[in-house]
Amino acid sequence: MTPEHRIPHQPPRQFHTIAIEVLSLLGLSLVALLFLFPFFWMVSNAVRGNNEVLAVPPRLLPNEYQWGNFVEAWLHLPFGRFFLNSFIVAGSVTAITVVVSALAAYAFARLKFPGREGILVAYLGTLMIPQVMLVIPLFLIISKLGMVNTYQGMILPMAFSSFGAFLLRQFFLSIPRELEEAALIDGASRLRILVSIIIPLSMPAIGLLSLFTFIGQWNNFLWPLIVVNGMEYATLPLGLTMFQTQQGTAWNFIMAGATLSMIPGVILAILLQRIIYKGITVGAGFGGR
Amino acid sequence: MASLDLIDVVKFYGELEVLHGVDLHVDDGEFVVLVGPSGCGKSTLLRMIAGLETISFGDVRIGDTIVNDLQPKARDIAMVFQNYALYPHMKVRDNMAFSLKLSRRSRTEIDAMVDHAAGILDLGHLLDRYPRELSGGQRQRVAMGRAIVRDPAVFLFDEPLSNLDAKLRVQMRAEIKALHQRLKATTVYVTHDQIEAMTMADRIVVMRDGYVEQVGTPLDLYDQPANVFVAGFIGSPSMNLIGGVVTDKGVRTEGGTIWPMPAQTSGVTEGQQVVIGLRPEHFMLADDGFVATINLVEPTGSETHVALDIFGETLTAALRERIVLTPGATVNLAPRLDCLHLFDKASGKRLSL
Repeated sequence: MTPEHRIPHQPPRQFHTIAIEVLSLLGLSLVALLFLFPFFWMVSNAVRGNNEVLAVPPRLLPNEYQWGNFVEAWLHLPFGRFFLNSFIVAGSVTAITVVVSALAAYAFARLKFPGREGILVAYLGTLMIPQVMLVIPLFLIISKLGMVNTYQGMILPMAFSSFGAFLLRQFFLSIPRELEEAALIDGASRLRILVSIIIPLSMPAIGLLSLFTFIGQWNNFLWPLIVVNGMEYATLPLGLTMFQTQQGTAWNFIMAGATLSMIPGVILAILLQRIIYKGITVGAGFGGR
Repeated sequence: MASLDLIDVVKFYGELEVLHGVDLHVDDGEFVVLVGPSGCGKSTLLRMIAGLETISFGDVRIGDTIVNDLQPKARDIAMVFQNYALYPHMKVRDNMAFSLKLSRRSRTEIDAMVDHAAGILDLGHLLDRYPRELSGGQRQRVAMGRAIVRDPAVFLFDEPLSNLDAKLRVQMRAEIKALHQRLKATTVYVTHDQIEAMTMADRIVVMRDGYVEQVGTPLDLYDQPANVFVAGFIGSPSMNLIGGVVTDKGVRTEGGTIWPMPAQTSGVTEGQQVVIGLRPEHFMLADDGFVATINLVEPTGSETHVALDIFGETLTAALRERIVLTPGATVNLAPRLDCLHLFDKASGKRLSL
């Protein structure tokens, strides 16, 4: 018999393995729907009239699609300004966080100095302090420094990330020490090693940290609410609240604004996803095995 | 190029002393291999020469400079690592050029030096590939290219062949040796493989537990091992070592066989506990001699290794004759008397001259 006529051996599939597969797919779909529903609800409410938003019983899809809501919401308030402010704050916090975390992480991962473990534990300990507890002391410091209603007042307190330092430290530890030793012999300084060897190899972790930090700051509501008043420095989450006035709440405009404000985060996630997933293949370049 | 001197070099890890005063002189252009079982301190010693480990006591001198407190980059050395340590995110060309870029040479100069080194190692067609796109042997060669591109005073190799398969290892062994003969660079090479040591070295340093057991040319070590450890470590299959007592007739082993004394010995007294050493290839088929029971036959083609039982002693013979040997049968074997080694049992030191 020629090879084409041979039937590849396949283990017989049993009923219960198929049933388990079907059930798990159903379960996963259900969870996915649960996560997707708020987004759907947001968009669905963004394109209907405000009176229809609160209609009882609620309707999944609008009676009448008002696509113009996006334009109206944009024109109603200085959304361009809010976007710019959000970009400046989230972008700066992300940039500072990555640089500071990378430096701290390298020290924790590779340099030997007294008290290293203790400081690391203290770093991690700060993860357990909820932000609301820090808000008042932080505000007092920032106002003493005269940074209320400024970009630096919004950026600096948010730019420390013990999570970032820890995440990068763990990643740095997985990079073979020989690479650094080879670079030391090649004549590189510690800073040069960090910049030319460690960071390029850690792009997956840095991409992940950037994404988390950026989206976290993009969505941050509490801190801008406290240090900012007025429209000049308001970020998007603050801007959205301005659709709530004494005359009433424009729910459909809030939803339209929220939909618009999601877009940069989604684009960033799509852009960074390739870098983040690349982490899986980085190991292939090390060693001979 | 430069000579290399280790002067009473000691290494402590905390309280633990892992190197106990190593003295070694490596001539300019010499290829020296540090060999020993794992944990003997050979890699630590190499890393101390490189500047990757601190020196607890003693001096390391490269050329005329004491380098104890110099950074690795200031020592004018290059090192090839066991896992090659190629920068995964850089192409082969950039891997080789990294050190040159750091020393702020001009672009044209760097290109010329990289191309020259690539030419020596036949890497020209690989310069634009990433390390992950190379085979193990190619990576090994790039690692060497990265070392030679800087033209350092001393080359250091840390078990560079242990990640390669057997055939490639033999090939790369020859390439490294050929490279050394071409560049005449002072080289210190660490391995746990005594065959690598024997085939590549101008001189071998045998280490154990942080001590240097013997320093010498490969054949010196083979023919005149200074002690029982070196005798057993160098050579494959390893030397037969049989414990016994000196009597007026020769050496009587625990099994009761009498072995003749080597012709020239020093400091041997009757009743002394000794160890007889005989390399497997120094057993000859004979009409008289020991009656040996064959336990196991391992033909290698060029010779046949036979595990034997001689009055309770398990010994190995390597026979070049192709005779039919069956386990359980007996064969008459005689040792070559001019090739017997004798060691003191207590100290392990060599007694035969």
